Amino acid sequence: MADTALKEKKVHEPLFHIVKRSGLIWYKAWLIRIFAIIAALIVCALVTMMLAHQNPIKVYQTMLSGAFGTQRRIWILLQSLAMLLCVSLAVTPAFKMRFWNIGGEGQVLIGGLATAACMIVLGGKLPNALLLVVMVIASMAAGAIWAMIPAVFKAKWNTNETLFTLMMNYVGIQLVSYFSMVWEARKGSGQIGIINQDTKYGWMPVLGNYDYLLNIIIVAVITVLMYVYLKYSKHGYEIAVVGESQNTARYIGVNVKKVIIRTMLLSGAVCGIAGFLLVSGTNHTINTTTADNRGFTAIMVSWLAKFNPLFMVLTSFLLVFLQCGANEISTKFGLNKSFSDILTGIILFFIIGCEFFINYQIKFRHSHKEVQ
Amino acid sequence: MNATPAAIALRGVTKKFGHVVANKNVDLDVRRGEILAILGENGSGKTTLMNMISGIYYPDEGQIFIDGAEVMIRSPKDAFHYKIGMIHQHFKLVDIFSATENIILGIGDGKYNLKAAESQVREISERYGFVLAPDKKIYDMSVSEKQTVEIIKVLYRGADILILDEPTAVLTPQETDKLFQVLRRMRDDGKAIIIITHKLHEVLAISDRVSVLRKGEYIATVNTAETNESELTEMMVGKKISLNIERSEPKAPQDRLIVKNISCEGVMGRKMLDDVSFTARSGEILGIAGIAGSGQKELLEAIAGLQNLSGGDILYNDPKTMQTVDLRDKSPTEIRELGVRLSFVPEDRLGMGLVGNMDIIDNMMLRSYRRGHSMFLNRKDPRDLAQRIIDDLEVITPGATTPVRRLSGGNVQKVLVGREISSHPKVLMAAYPVRGLDINSSYLIYNLLNKQKEHGVAVIFVGEDLDVLIELCDRILVLNSGKVTGIVDGRTAKKEEIGLLMTKTDYGTEVQANG
Amino acid sequence: MFSMSVLVTFIHQAIMQGIPILYGSTGEILTEKSGHLNLGIPGIMYAGGISGVIGAFLYEETLPSRDAINPVLAVLIPLLSSILGSLLMGLLYCFLTVTLRANQNVTGLALTTFGVGFGNFFGASLVKLTGSEIPSVALTNTSQFFRAYLPVADKLGAFGQIFLNYGFMTYLAIIIAFVSAYFLRKTRKGLYLRAVGENPATADAAGINVNRYKYTATCVGSIIAGLGGLFYVMDYACGVWSNEGFGDRGWLAIALVIFAVWRPDLGVPGSIVFGGLYIVNQFVTGLPMRDSELFKMLPYIVTIIVLIFTSIRKKRELQPPEHLGLSYFREER
Repeated sequence: MADTALKEKKVHEPLFHIVKRSGLIWYKAWLIRIFAIIAALIVCALVTMMLAHQNPIKVYQTMLSGAFGTQRRIWILLQSLAMLLCVSLAVTPAFKMRFWNIGGEGQVLIGGLATAACMIVLGGKLPNALLLVVMVIASMAAGAIWAMIPAVFKAKWNTNETLFTLMMNYVGIQLVSYFSMVWEARKGSGQIGIINQDTKYGWMPVLGNYDYLLNIIIVAVITVLMYVYLKYSKHGYEIAVVGESQNTARYIGVNVKKVIIRTMLLSGAVCGIAGFLLVSGTNHTINTTTADNRGFTAIMVSWLAKFNPLFMVLTSFLLVFLQCGANEISTKFGLNKSFSDILTGIILFFIIGCEFFINYQIKFRHSHKEVQ
Repeated sequence: MNATPAAIALRGVTKKFGHVVANKNVDLDVRRGEILAILGENGSGKTTLMNMISGIYYPDEGQIFIDGAEVMIRSPKDAFHYKIGMIHQHFKLVDIFSATENIILGIGDGKYNLKAAESQVREISERYGFVLAPDKKIYDMSVSEKQTVEIIKVLYRGADILILDEPTAVLTPQETDKLFQVLRRMRDDGKAIIIITHKLHEVLAISDRVSVLRKGEYIATVNTAETNESELTEMMVGKKISLNIERSEPKAPQDRLIVKNISCEGVMGRKMLDDVSFTARSGEILGIAGIAGSGQKELLEAIAGLQNLSGGDILYNDPKTMQTVDLRDKSPTEIRELGVRLSFVPEDRLGMGLVGNMDIIDNMMLRSYRRGHSMFLNRKDPRDLAQRIIDDLEVITPGATTPVRRLSGGNVQKVLVGREISSHPKVLMAAYPVRGLDINSSYLIYNLLNKQKEHGVAVIFVGEDLDVLIELCDRILVLNSGKVTGIVDGRTAKKEEIGLLMTKTDYGTEVQANG
Repeated sequence: MFSMSVLVTFIHQAIMQGIPILYGSTGEILTEKSGHLNLGIPGIMYAGGISGVIGAFLYEETLPSRDAINPVLAVLIPLLSSILGSLLMGLLYCFLTVTLRANQNVTGLALTTFGVGFGNFFGASLVKLTGSEIPSVALTNTSQFFRAYLPVADKLGAFGQIFLNYGFMTYLAIIIAFVSAYFLRKTRKGLYLRAVGENPATADAAGINVNRYKYTATCVGSIIAGLGGLFYVMDYACGVWSNEGFGDRGWLAIALVIFAVWRPDLGVPGSIVFGGLYIVNQFVTGLPMRDSELFKMLPYIVTIIVLIFTSIRKKRELQPPEHLGLSYFREER
């Protein structure tokens, strides 16, 4: 008995154990994040080198030129940034409430579909200004309804919102696909094509000569509004309390169900606006790829920015920059354009992983010498 | 004492959680063939200590010996290896599993045969006289059935060092007797048994020796046969220490809150409050003493309108309108508007009262943010208030925009109490407002409460430290298992007297309510 | 009404459609039973598919002629490279969510972005990267072994068509599903795994190595899901990789998990139902093209109805694992 016990003594103490940090000063946290991004960029360069057989400086030069090389590229970059940001802003209030709305994709598409429907059905029948107003309202309403359905079930029966919103995406995609055929431009093409190409009914006006300027301005305004809403409004405060603790929220008399539904209505409505901007202000058509996975990417943008709309400008810039840069690499070195997804994935893994070092601490154990 | 080493010996064990020291330099011995009771008030670190033996926590410092050899218990698995079995106060059961599935969880190699395991479980329960359907799902079970599962689980594992964390808290007297019979049989079988409890008569009934912990520190171990209730109480609560808390005479006290025969039931129909009556007066501090979980939380929540009562009335004499209203007819918000304020510091500090990830300013408006018709928040007043509290109460924080989660426990409490006081209440209820605070901060809180008292507020103070209760409060109400076992005068009460009121279970000849 | 032969074809095709989804959902069920909602499954299925393609492609490249192919190697190499590819994806997910306790939804979505990108990238660039002379990736040579079925099937009419007319991976999928169901419900380790997903603190206290179970379940789940990608490209698509060809089958797999209320054995009929709903439009005569798009909505709508129904009924056995989506930290206080 004593023998086996003695043997047990040889078992080593655990080398380290993990402790939750009570809080890290903000600049240290950002230092860790920046370090992670740099590490990720190095890995990205290595991967690119291996696949494209180029030296890393060349790789980065190519990426930079892909993103900022010409004035047109800068506009495209800004436009993509604005669209991604818009969807990210939309899903953020829900996330702050700890409601996992991964249905942004579907909400954007449905908003876009409503826009397209107005353009097709009402184009020419209403004055253009009025038509645009109707389009905005329709897109917001459509997105809001799409988001409200899972919210109602969540509030009432605690139905799993992650899975529900996910499924709603594909219902939305199929609806778009259906209407693409209903309104197909040429019989059998299954594509709506450019809507009102000649009349430009329901096209968002172009400011100056800059195609995307109005989109960008609108998203900039939404960014500020969302920041103010979340930070300075009573609604925003309620969202934060519900997200932190539903018990506390009930304790202080917040109607949690109401907040869940209201917030998802807002989330869906802003997604609807994104759909409107994509259809009326950018593509002038709609198909199943109009949202271009932004509904999913937005989740990461929002999460990486800690749900802060201003930081989201930075995180969506990072992802859009990577996309534009990687696209240039793929064109220039003859690689497939999915290359950018690989780079995006790598960057995300690093940033996701580095949060651990912000929230936890690895403690090495001091051994004890004294024996009784 | 004798040559065979103790089954478990702890030497100098220390465990901290952040800034809070849960156990400090604890020594403990348990021998085979004995039942050791561990006695201590709430927060004295009993459960943390046991969790270190069963591998849930890992000690920061110190050594654990089993049969004389130093061991490392890094995980529950290691604990099993040394045949240590713990029955937790909060059951560790998988709800959608059957009793048997839970019992065999984590052990056994060889063929998996649920039927065979079920008959084994049936055999064990028959041997010890438990009533349990082995295939019943946990979510269909009552609390005592769940505990039966936990106990059989340990027996099934053949543990020879058993730790029971307040096992009788959820049992009926009959079930308790049955449990004690089992424990005695196991002791006679040569097992080492540790039982954590508050109930003195149970300590005396079941244990061979008693170890007492107080405020995370080891006090002493005595043979049960050579001790008695008052000696144990004294060891548990400690000698009276003079704290020099100032206490003024109540000025023109008026009956502010009259609680009449209220009762309420908790989960599974357990009585959390049982026919509680008392009066809280303006200009007076009414202390509430009791072992944790005796109904303090329910009582305060009942007054604040957050509990469903099964009977009784809570009458409030409104000093503004001179009218008497029954708070049971009012919503929590209306009660707050009447000036009844609750500052409750839950076990985890950041619970209902504060939001950890929000900064001090935002926490200031948790209950007042709705004010005004604007869609936007008014942060100016909360900001001023936050700054005032930080200055007045000497809250140690980098600034008013620091998340409350980052503050130390004591500072969190200051923020919470400060906020409640700021709204000029008529009735102020503070639960454990000095938990985890250092001496100086505690005095700040006492002064604050005294100031409220002088302003004519009816203060209700739920405390853990009897010394503080005795020196601070004008009257002390003692709760014991949801019942009022006495209301004593703070100026004349003896510590042991209150201790006994808190822990004794047969109340018939107790001190009459006076004062 | 369907004629008999149409019905037989319909069932056959429904099964063919269902198998990749079945692989994915069986893998996801095992993963979710450990408490991890792996939204990276679509990416993992892509990665599993393309890894198999890469393996097969490199093997075919080494062959002097078409006929020199060794049937055993032709099956084993893609199979093993697919397993390796999905395993690496699974490990990455585990490292981030189990060891580093990262948010599962975000990690999963990032993994899907990465995996889909990885699949499409290599699918399109394989030829160029290896400097091969073949115009595009068409592994028909390898595919024939994946598609091989018992010759007797053709002689047995409808029975043969419905039950025997498949490559080995179809049967493998069904076997894996039933074995997984058996594992979860009838074995000790299955019990432990469910305990980890329901209540990791309890499992931990019972001496179960929580992290090891999470890792194992997630990695094995990833491998199984990856086989779905391999099946799709090697069997269903006859060895021809086309970008985006796999489509949203990965998400359908996650839907099937709900539809099958976290039971792999119910996943088998469920996958056939999903497969059938996916193609039913092709069998409804006189259906306009566009209406067929509405039919494709059905699997998702059915899933939503199941989700709502189970949450309203609140029957404990039909709920997701209680700790799904949350990370576990023992010293959390």
